[in-house]
Amino acid sequence: MPSEESSRASAAAQASCRPFWLALPGLLWMTLFFLVPLLLVLAISFASRGTYGGILWEFTWANYLDLLHPLYGKILGQSLWYATLTTAICFVVGFPLAYVIARSPARWQPLWLLLVMLPFWTNFLVRTYAWMIILRQDGLANHLLLALGLISEPLELLYTPAAVVIGLVYGYLPFMVLPLYVAVERLDPALVEAAWDLYASRWAVWTRVVVPLTMPGIVGGCILVFIPSIGSFITPDLLGGARSMMIGNLIQHEYLVVRDWPLGSAVSFVLMAIVMAAVVLYYRQAGGADGSSEGR
Amino acid sequence: MATFSTSPVIASGDSHPATSPTLDIRAIVRRHGSVAAVDHVSFQVRRGEFFSILGPSGAGKTSVLRILAGFEEPDDGDVLIDGCSMLGVPPNRRPVNLVFQSYALFPHLTVCENVAFGLKMRRVAAALIDEQVRQVLAMVKLTGKEARKPAQLSGGEQQRVALARALVNKPAVVLLDEPLAALDQQLRQAMQVELKSIQEQAGLTCVCVTHHQEEAMMMSDRIAVMHQGRMWQVGTPREVYENPRTLFVSRFLGVSNELPGRLADAEGDAYFFQPADSELPGFPVPFHLDGSVGRPATWSLRPEHLRISRDRPITEDPVLPGVVEKVFFAGSETKYLIRVGRESRWEARATGARSSTFAPGDPVFLHWALDAGRVFVE
Repeated sequence: MPSEESSRASAAAQASCRPFWLALPGLLWMTLFFLVPLLLVLAISFASRGTYGGILWEFTWANYLDLLHPLYGKILGQSLWYATLTTAICFVVGFPLAYVIARSPARWQPLWLLLVMLPFWTNFLVRTYAWMIILRQDGLANHLLLALGLISEPLELLYTPAAVVIGLVYGYLPFMVLPLYVAVERLDPALVEAAWDLYASRWAVWTRVVVPLTMPGIVGGCILVFIPSIGSFITPDLLGGARSMMIGNLIQHEYLVVRDWPLGSAVSFVLMAIVMAAVVLYYRQAGGADGSSEGR
Repeated sequence: MATFSTSPVIASGDSHPATSPTLDIRAIVRRHGSVAAVDHVSFQVRRGEFFSILGPSGAGKTSVLRILAGFEEPDDGDVLIDGCSMLGVPPNRRPVNLVFQSYALFPHLTVCENVAFGLKMRRVAAALIDEQVRQVLAMVKLTGKEARKPAQLSGGEQQRVALARALVNKPAVVLLDEPLAALDQQLRQAMQVELKSIQEQAGLTCVCVTHHQEEAMMMSDRIAVMHQGRMWQVGTPREVYENPRTLFVSRFLGVSNELPGRLADAEGDAYFFQPADSELPGFPVPFHLDGSVGRPATWSLRPEHLRISRDRPITEDPVLPGVVEKVFFAGSETKYLIRVGRESRWEARATGARSSTFAPGDPVFLHWALDAGRVFVE
């Protein structure tokens, strides 16, 4: 009893002398350069566009009501679909990759992880240009498919939704692999063997043990892929063309081409709302799977 | 009478040929690179028998267990369970269940769900699962803890869940990997008794891997001593303890008081053992095997056979002088560390009133019954 009390007292003492001021520079930075501009954008989203692209400071819901137009709805839906598809493909491709890396000999793991991260060493824009070269009419992909005899004439790959999703999967796969790797690495191999020993088929081992126990990594990976995917700009801009517009392109279009800042701001906040809703949904999902309702 | 052997038991070394063994291991080999982790190991386990594989870490005993469970395939040899070869049969199709050293309980499932896992995977009817889980939890005294998660249980309770999770499937063989190693000493002793009684009550066939000789002796019907991938001796705990075939087995199964030396010429129907230490006189040993005379050998005696006295005893038995070096009082008995000759140190034990008789520095005489000692020829 006395030891418990003293440990509680020492914990309180630790809490009281925790150096909060160390967080000040970061807090100041975030307030000045993130929170203030964000509030500014929120304010603009309720203003209206002046004749020459200026901002008229009179409160209105008009920008948000404008977004109900089917054209904007299509772009929002398209973004949601591309981001969801990208997340799903990244998961299906990334989980086995992460599993194999986490179960490979310990001395090789840093090398595999380095290879996963290697693309980050080069600028994202340059890498996306590389994909344009690969996917265009006389590009590498078409040459390869022709040489293999799989197709008889070049496919139209660039400037299609498929190109956007390929580019997004390429860009964000490492964000899926890394949290999954950590989750699998923490998974005790004996648990997999125990399930196998207890008559579970390979599929049952996967669904009953591996997936539930790596759920934090799965949720983390999905969020890390979904968020940048839905808001991405460069990939749909360079690989997608006009038909595969995403929210990011719409925002850029409204701000810089149409010079309708209030509408652009409203689109930005709708994007934030979608992301937040998605994150909450993911966490709910994970909480449910982790609970005791499973099994029985 | 003493016997000796310098070669390990290779195939058919089983002194108890079973009429219908549940488990029949035939000369299995498992290589890791150029090293044979398991080197032609053969043994048989009868229905309802508690069989332990005892050996130091790295002896290959865990490899044997993993081969039985199906996680590893032998490079050579065969594993038969109830007469059927298990080669190429994956773990989920084998009628065996493993109790892991770390328990490997599923942390996201409750006690009940953990225990029900195997039955559920075999698609047993839900009502039947409930009934069987309830029974087995009662057997391991975990009734009332069904809804707990493994993290909410003590080490001993986790151990019982791990056991229950295997038992509920009624496997032909229960495999135990260092089942009590993670428990503290007191709990471990209580669980030894309990595990043994559950095993007898349920008529389980068990193969247990352990490095703990006392645990193996207390729980097992038979013990196999394993070292460097090979099985050196298989027998009942008493046989293995009292008639070790090799010096390694003798040392691993308890304290072995030893003297290096050589066998000298026979005198009457006994041989003489001449210690290498010239300070010590030769003494008779009951050893008769041709061709061993003159060869280097090690003489060994269990401490419980060693008697200590202050004055030279009047006896026909062998007597050696010694000096008490250390005294360890351990409650029910007192252990003495006694220097014999120049550098040999022996352990002797005394119980009851005699225990306080000697102090460090006391010169004493050690004697033992002629046939208690054993000679291992190198």
